Amino acid sequence: MKINNVILQFTAKIVFFMIFFYAVHIFFAGHYTPGGGFVGGLVTASAIVLLIIAFDLKTVQSILPINYIYLIASGLLLALGTAGIAMFTGKPFFTHFFDYFNLPILGKTSLHTAALFDLGVYLVVVGVTMTIIQTIGEDE
Amino acid sequence: MFQVLCIFIPLIAALFMPFFFKKVRSIHTGWFVLVVPIFLASYYATFIPITSKGDSVIAQLHWIPSLGISFVSYLDGLSLLFSILITGIGALVVLYSIFYLNRTKEQLHNFYIYLLMFMSAMLGVVQSDNMMTLYLFWELTSISSFLLIGYWFNRDKSRFGALKSMMITVAGGMLMLGGFVLLALMGDTFSIRELIAQAPELAANDLFVLALILILLGAFTKSAQFPFYIWLPDAMEAPTPVSAYLHSATMVKAGIYLVARFTPIFAQSEVWIWLVAGIGLLTLFWGSFFAVKQTDLKGILAFSTVSQLGLIMSLLGVGAIAFHVEGAADSAFKYATFAAIFHLINHATFKGSLFMIAGIVDHETGTRDIRKLGGLMSIMPVSFTVALIGSFSMAGIPPFNGFLSKEMFLTAMLSIAEFDLFNFATWGILFPIIAWIASVFTFIYSLYFVFRTFTGKGNIAQLPHKPHEAPMGMLISPVILAVLVVGIFFIPNIVADLFIKPAVIAIQPFLYTHPEQVDIHISAWHGVNTELLMTLGIFAIGFVLFLTLSKWQKIYNAFPAKLTLNNLYDFIIYELSGNWMYRLSSSYMTGSNRRYLGLMFGAFSLIVIGTLFSKDAFYVTFEGASPVHLHQVILIIVLVIGTITTVFAKSRITSIVALGAVGYTVSLFFVLFKAPDLALTQLVIETISVALFLLAFYHLPKFKKEQERNRFKFGRALVSFAVGAMVTLVALSAHSQKLVPSIAEYYKETVYSLAGGGNIVNVILVDYRGFDTLFEITVLAIAGMAIYGMIKLRLSRKGGKL
Repeated sequence: MKINNVILQFTAKIVFFMIFFYAVHIFFAGHYTPGGGFVGGLVTASAIVLLIIAFDLKTVQSILPINYIYLIASGLLLALGTAGIAMFTGKPFFTHFFDYFNLPILGKTSLHTAALFDLGVYLVVVGVTMTIIQTIGEDE
Repeated sequence: MFQVLCIFIPLIAALFMPFFFKKVRSIHTGWFVLVVPIFLASYYATFIPITSKGDSVIAQLHWIPSLGISFVSYLDGLSLLFSILITGIGALVVLYSIFYLNRTKEQLHNFYIYLLMFMSAMLGVVQSDNMMTLYLFWELTSISSFLLIGYWFNRDKSRFGALKSMMITVAGGMLMLGGFVLLALMGDTFSIRELIAQAPELAANDLFVLALILILLGAFTKSAQFPFYIWLPDAMEAPTPVSAYLHSATMVKAGIYLVARFTPIFAQSEVWIWLVAGIGLLTLFWGSFFAVKQTDLKGILAFSTVSQLGLIMSLLGVGAIAFHVEGAADSAFKYATFAAIFHLINHATFKGSLFMIAGIVDHETGTRDIRKLGGLMSIMPVSFTVALIGSFSMAGIPPFNGFLSKEMFLTAMLSIAEFDLFNFATWGILFPIIAWIASVFTFIYSLYFVFRTFTGKGNIAQLPHKPHEAPMGMLISPVILAVLVVGIFFIPNIVADLFIKPAVIAIQPFLYTHPEQVDIHISAWHGVNTELLMTLGIFAIGFVLFLTLSKWQKIYNAFPAKLTLNNLYDFIIYELSGNWMYRLSSSYMTGSNRRYLGLMFGAFSLIVIGTLFSKDAFYVTFEGASPVHLHQVILIIVLVIGTITTVFAKSRITSIVALGAVGYTVSLFFVLFKAPDLALTQLVIETISVALFLLAFYHLPKFKKEQERNRFKFGRALVSFAVGAMVTLVALSAHSQKLVPSIAEYYKETVYSLAGGGNIVNVILVDYRGFDTLFEITVLAIAGMAIYGMIKLRLSRKGGKL
């Protein structure tokens, strides 16, 4: 017998975006206020988990056709690449650069290579968490 | 340079032996080998004119100059004598082995490689002036001897004998290395000559006696002295040429050489004299006594070798007394060292020939068991003659060289009575008595050896082979040695001038500086004196005892069979180090993780707490501590309750939930202590891990799922209490003793200006110490992959396919 979880599924659809945007917020806010790639990644993963609970694994995989193992790899590459940029300019490994730019729409904004590194962390955390949950969930 | 190279010539020649064996199949490989010792013997013979004048030749080849280690060829009277013995008898043995070993049935290349290796090693031992290279060659003799004893490796007894000799001689070699190192530390040089020069200062050192004992242990194990002689009888499983070469003439004399070489250093010590003379005499007696019991021809010779080596050793010990005697050059003490070298030469000649005869008898009759042999005299007249000469010389009967050295031996032993230092006045009288009794037994087994084998009726028909005289080639070597045995008796003084006196001045440089000062003239007839009467007594009593041998041989059975040194060895090797050690290690290596963890944690906390208090490092102060608020107290109470519930909960699910409570409380602490990042992360991670715990709980196997409480075990409680106490104590005293100020100020000041951020925690994670984060996400990735791999890859379920 299949239970019709209308309320749960409807709520999940709305709450997913709330959680996801909150995750994006704490990811970007990380450099100045509490947050950052790690927590942001975990919260993003929890939003996806909510979808999995409300629907099921296969449905979510068709909505978000992501191979999380590639996500881990690209996160690691991004982190390593960001750390390595400085070596091409003759500075030591892991030197970050930052400056303030006037961007359209956003106005005066601080751009920091550390954010790219944090994005790598974010991707790895999402990837690992989802890999673990998915493989355990799929297991018979 | 060439002189040093000569040591290695046999080794280099060994490289080519497999080629000769494989390519030149029609000629016995031994003929090619024979060239090497003959060349070397004639080369070393050219040094005789130099050394007989008391001079020495030295050549050096640096090996590790920074450590002062070099290959040295130091030829003085002593090492030249040994070098000529090694190469000369080596040539005879190779010649003998050509006829002894079958060209088609034996693995000759192995045999000759080992033999040549051994020859190099022995030359290295006797010529090395550098203690480190001496040790190198010393171990090479052990290894090549091991290979030679185990030559017929498909026999159990060969392997056992090889292992036994290896164990004992290498153990002794290691101890000797320790002695060498101590000596080198004391004298600050590896050179033996330089050490001899500073001998008086060395004797004042505290470590002197320890070095002495360690070096002696090396010498005693190699030279088969009591109680280390047990490997020698078992080494008789080697081919007879090997026994003749290694176990009578050369390797067992390496220990003798070592004692002789170090006499100038150690003779000052009372311990040296007592140990060398005492152990030598004990070995002499023990070996000769048990030789009569043996029934194997080579067994008799093995015990006889042990006994004769003891004789030489005791003479060297007595010779060291000369150091302590005023005017020793004129007294009877001068005979001891001279007699030792003289007997060493004699023993090499007669024992080598006797071994070869034992090999011939074995080869031609198929057995070495003396109970099956007899009556071979008329069939093998040449062998009998050689055996008779060798045995009579061993027994000390004129006109053979053994008589001369035996007389001098008795003279030396009698001289001890004149010596009244180191308690010799009271115990010294035992020396000639034991020596005399041992000589009687020597006489008995010498006659036993030759007459039981060659005379009597015997039952020749029952022997495995039909006996006949050995081929010409096999007899050449024993006949040459027998001729030497007789020859030395008639020209002893020429031998003395060429070989013995130069060797004596090398051993006793404190007594003589020039060979001509050694005022000893050997004469076969020196008037009626105590020694002659003792010898006549030996002949008379020995002859009577030999005739009545069957009557009293039973007394050997009276000894308890279990109380032998061989049993002690077996006990140590197989029972003690095999069984007991295994049981000891399996008592704690149980395979139980719980036990290992208990041991590790217990030891860890014991060490840390012990260090904390023994170094007086424990110190607590609450200066600078923050005030405690009520809400903190409440949180701590919650934390403690959660922890206690986790440990004492009856069901697992309670434990999991309690653990979750602990985790959330910790995140509350982070909130309280103003760590929002940590609080966030801790909250999410705790949720995930509790979910995973629940998953694991859900999949526990259904059967035997006991809902039972952790049983209380006192030991575990003790260990966990100790660990908790350790952590608390360390944390308290670490908190109370901050040695350097925190680096946090720097971060606070520069977080905006240098790093362009506001959240110090995140800036530290991605900027100041991004390296840590890089590898932490790598750890995460690896963990994710591992879980993926563990779940997806199940070879057993899907029939072995991925």
